[in-house]
Amino acid sequence: MTLSVAISHAQGGFTLDAAFECGAGVTALFGRSGAGKTTLINAIAGLAQPREGRIVFDGETLFDSARGINVRAGLRRFGYVFQEGRLFPHLTVRQNLTYSHWFDRTLYSETDLAHVVELLGIGELLQRRPAQLSGGEKQRVAIGRALLAKPRLLLLDEPLASLDAPRKEEILRYLRVLRDDTRIPMVYVSHAVEEVLQLADHVVLLAAGRVAASGDVAQLMGRPDLMPSGGLFEGGAVIEAHVAGIDAEDGLAMLAFDGGTLTVGNFGAQMGERVRVRIRAREVSLALAPPQKISIQNILRGTITAIDAQQGSNVTVTLSAGAAVLRARVTRRAAGQLALAPGMPVYALIKAVSLDRHGGLIK
Amino acid sequence: MLSREEIDIILLSLKVALWSVAISLPFALLLAHVLARHEFPGKSLLDAIVHLPLVLPPVVVGYALLLLLGRRGPLGGLLEEWFGIVIAFRWTGAAVACAVMGLPLMVRAMRLSIEAIDPKLDAAARTLGAGRIGVFLTVTLPLALPGIITGVLLSFARSLGEFGATITFVSSIPGETQTLPLAIYALTQVPGGDDAALRLCVLSVLLSLGALLVSEVLVRRASRRVLGYDAVGRD
Repeated sequence: MTLSVAISHAQGGFTLDAAFECGAGVTALFGRSGAGKTTLINAIAGLAQPREGRIVFDGETLFDSARGINVRAGLRRFGYVFQEGRLFPHLTVRQNLTYSHWFDRTLYSETDLAHVVELLGIGELLQRRPAQLSGGEKQRVAIGRALLAKPRLLLLDEPLASLDAPRKEEILRYLRVLRDDTRIPMVYVSHAVEEVLQLADHVVLLAAGRVAASGDVAQLMGRPDLMPSGGLFEGGAVIEAHVAGIDAEDGLAMLAFDGGTLTVGNFGAQMGERVRVRIRAREVSLALAPPQKISIQNILRGTITAIDAQQGSNVTVTLSAGAAVLRARVTRRAAGQLALAPGMPVYALIKAVSLDRHGGLIK
Repeated sequence: MLSREEIDIILLSLKVALWSVAISLPFALLLAHVLARHEFPGKSLLDAIVHLPLVLPPVVVGYALLLLLGRRGPLGGLLEEWFGIVIAFRWTGAAVACAVMGLPLMVRAMRLSIEAIDPKLDAAARTLGAGRIGVFLTVTLPLALPGIITGVLLSFARSLGEFGATITFVSSIPGETQTLPLAIYALTQVPGGDDAALRLCVLSVLLSLGALLVSEVLVRRASRRVLGYDAVGRD
């Protein structure tokens, strides 16, 4: 599947001028509020008509201003999960779930309904009205409703934004199951790094209505140059690893990746499970020799590939450890004292406790 | 208890009121939807025209209908020529007069309830395959149902009491166009008709009261069905 979007749109003082392509898996449209994410996803859905451009899905032109083509939302077969659920208040949960079948009887399937109900754990709710549901339940029903329209692509516009932290976790868990179970390609709008890291395969970075960068999540989300002053998240590196060992006695998990092994507090890991770990640059120290008698559990060997000195008194040192990339932010003075230079072998020191769930260890 | 004439008057009044509602309902729904959901040049003018019957002297409305829909009127002539329909000085004309007089009340109630529906629900429906008509039938109509019922019953009650436009347009012909208020007026104009007029007045009060009570019950039931809770009395 390929979705290719190239549109421009003006609204008030804001101009959106974005072009990107995405394929199978989960593509995150990532950027701060006002970057044009929602305008973009609404244009893909057919809810907003851009001033000009083209939107093509698998060779089918859905919008083309030059040729006057604009396929209406209902015929695009894209599911849409909104931030606030938008369940129909006059219908029961069951009727909400099967709403799309009123317009296309061929979509109706009792097995599909049973499957989606089980997948999302909403069996108990079928006879209720939306007014009697909690925020998390509403969002699960909204996801189910979109799925039962058998979408070719699922659009999600900050589906967790109106939920509290525990509900966020809950819905994220369902979204991960969905991603792995249904294999429906998704476009996921978010301004939260954690969500993007947990769900997405690709990311399209939007800033002020333009695509600032796009690519693989692990490569892109670590690059500090992409948002130096953005404050969207602190720069660092994202490492793809798998759970290679669990020390039940000490409550630790060992994560193997191309550049070595990371020891972290056990987060309920399963052996062999794939995880992404975000390591903030400011939590990485550097040493020229492997230190002795030190509490730090993670000492990784790498080679300096670049030193960027744009951040005032600090420098960001990029190192490669195997195929993986790590970043360390140290003071300019420290870099001078150690005479750091590209090509030098160094040891990166990372405290195991800095990699807890909130510190950036991502399941 | 009730005389033959009194029963006939009530049945005629009910017939006229029911038909007036039937005539105005589709127009009112369309107008309410257009006014609630669309922006276009001349919207305030349309809004003002819809409200005219509420502020004009009813006799003006009746006279305008006579000029327009009378046998010699531009529309009335066409109706007779093409469909063989004559409504001037017939009970059907009374229904049309009541429909026009009740229209603003109906549109107002329906427009308010359509405006209260979150347009984001329309967008959600569209992503699930609904077209314009689909959205109207499955989202707008059911969610606006309490307002639609209110509008229908208000205009029904208004029709039961319509006097000025009716008497001007279709006159007061016993058994054909003489509805309850017209009959009361006629009785008060003849010596010794006071008792009979008073009886009809009481009947009129009972009928209108009944209509309003039925409306209340229906709206409550509809909002419970539609929203899962009782919306009456809430803002």
